[in-house]
Amino acid sequence: MRWLLVKDLQILRRSPLLVALLIIYPITLALMIGFALSSPPGKPKVAFLTEVPKGQGRIHLGSQQINISSYAKDLYSSIQPIIVHSQAEALEAVRSGRALAALIIPADIPEQIQSLVTTGVGSPTVQLILNTRDPVEKQFADEAIQARLNDVEQAVSKQVLRVAVVDLQQVLNGGSIQFLGQTFPLLGLRNSRTLLRSAISALPARSPLRAELGRVVGFADLAIQGLAFASPVLGSIGTPLTVDQTELSGRTTPTATYAATIAVIFSLMLVTLLLAAGMLALEWEEHAFARLVRGLVSPGALLAEKVALAGGLAAAASLLMAAGVSTFVPLQWSRFPLWVVALVLAGTAFAALGVAIGGLAREVRAASLLAFMLSLPVAFVALVPAAAVSGGLKSVLDTVAFVFPFKPALDAVNNAFSDTAPAIGLPLLHLAALAVAFGLLARVALKRVA
Amino acid sequence: MPATAATREATLAARALTKRFGRRTALHEVSFEIYPGELVAVIGPNGAGKTTLLSILAGIEAPSEGEVLSPPGRKVGWVPQQPALYSKLSVAENLRLFARLEKLQDPEAAVERMLDQTELRERSRDEVGRLSGGNQQRINVAIGLLCEPLALLLDEPTSSLDPRQRERLWGFIGGLAGRGTTVAYSTHNVTEAERYADRVLVLVDGELLFSGTPTELEQAVGARPRDFESAFVRFIDEHGK
Repeated sequence: MRWLLVKDLQILRRSPLLVALLIIYPITLALMIGFALSSPPGKPKVAFLTEVPKGQGRIHLGSQQINISSYAKDLYSSIQPIIVHSQAEALEAVRSGRALAALIIPADIPEQIQSLVTTGVGSPTVQLILNTRDPVEKQFADEAIQARLNDVEQAVSKQVLRVAVVDLQQVLNGGSIQFLGQTFPLLGLRNSRTLLRSAISALPARSPLRAELGRVVGFADLAIQGLAFASPVLGSIGTPLTVDQTELSGRTTPTATYAATIAVIFSLMLVTLLLAAGMLALEWEEHAFARLVRGLVSPGALLAEKVALAGGLAAAASLLMAAGVSTFVPLQWSRFPLWVVALVLAGTAFAALGVAIGGLAREVRAASLLAFMLSLPVAFVALVPAAAVSGGLKSVLDTVAFVFPFKPALDAVNNAFSDTAPAIGLPLLHLAALAVAFGLLARVALKRVA
Repeated sequence: MPATAATREATLAARALTKRFGRRTALHEVSFEIYPGELVAVIGPNGAGKTTLLSILAGIEAPSEGEVLSPPGRKVGWVPQQPALYSKLSVAENLRLFARLEKLQDPEAAVERMLDQTELRERSRDEVGRLSGGNQQRINVAIGLLCEPLALLLDEPTSSLDPRQRERLWGFIGGLAGRGTTVAYSTHNVTEAERYADRVLVLVDGELLFSGTPTELEQAVGARPRDFESAFVRFIDEHGK
């Protein structure tokens, strides 16, 4: 077996395409995933025009005011603003592709908002111009701007409600209001009721005013009770929904780590299957199989050599890939021995599947095609979320995922990388069982050929 | 020519070999013996069972019935029809690999010996895939000879070679027989069988119909044929099913 291994390594050394597949492909994939996971999406370039004159972006709501220009700063955190000075310039920026979108704030926006909140009449409108040539970029810019505009809307609504609540409290309890630069006292319903009660008690017992004033006091009671309820209700509209969030105590995998694990396992699967299936099929293409098994090497030893070669090289390449990914995504280096165990066992199981494919195909091109055709649905089936399919179909998918190494490999390596559920023992046992099963299948395939 | 069969022990003997593939009988009770230094050609039309017979003699396939007898302790070399070599390895690397797999005492000495015998020493570092078909076939034969077998079996050894390459290969194989190695080969080229065989075995539909020298086959046909090929065709016509 040793000399066969040496021979296969010599062949690989002289096959630049295979070497590229083994080394460059996983590393490239790792780097791509790493960059994708660690780099936040860029900010869209948006032409920004505000026609509101400087210092006039304030909306007065009772005793308080909102400066809408302060929200422009928040908007700048979501976009790369290109400041323009006219609508024509804004349109040109979008047409030329210099900006993905243009946002135009009209001069009358403060007045429109002021009118809407004080009289209920008004239609504050901002103008958004989007370039529709690329639907993905359009959506990207649209979402970034809409999110910020929603913030402005919510802030204005909250402020209006806050002012309304303060005013209501003053109607109830009294206070003071500012008008034309002067401060005026406001009596309030409760104080009015107290004064009326004092006045009633001072009136003669048979005075006809007692009954009239009594009705006013009764109205004041009802109004006080009603408005006392209204205040907290109005206050709650500003934050209509409170989410009572509960977190279960189970450990979960960070999304980035899980994505990295999928990338490592997918790469391991492809490399191992192609290598094991291809190198075994090569023995037929070189017409060497019959010569080898004619007393020089047993079929079992030949299969073991291919499994060791493919599993070992792919596991080594995957370790390299994991190391590369770990510069972008946090993987637990303290569990490195478990990385090795999980990747070697996963590589062994995939290699056993690979030699079964190679033994059945007996031609490098057919074996490679079969390996590709099998690996894609196997990965897909293992990655379909349980909630995404109906119960019956889920059972079928679970069964398919169970008989191929992708799912247990994912579980084992995921645990090795990040110490998350499920525990590593069962997936490793599963992988070992699959390695034996596919090894036996490959042996049957060789026997059929012999 | 070898000495008479009665005076020597056979290197290889087939005893009532029968091989069935499902309902089809590829070989039916084939028996013969081959002696040291003898060059034996197995000839017959396509599908006659030549490759099956050689595969059973080489131990690649097991007979359904019958047995193969060979002297204990000495291997039988086998050379498949297509060169069974690794095209990405050099000539020397191929020889070294199979010498190691054969567990020879001194693999390097065996490699050196074969490079001399095949006269390919100058190309020992060349990848086999870059060699001509004839040179590849010489390496293919050399690998069959690594274990220094008493008998060498070759399946259609010249089928993919041009006339010049064939001539060189037969010179190489003739040299082996001259040094005492028993050689049995299958071929559908009856002219080669006439030129390079001491004895021919005619196999038709899995049955051995003739065993003798090419001259004896011509005589067996009766009326004088134009050449050996005509005699062979007439023999098949007369004795085939």
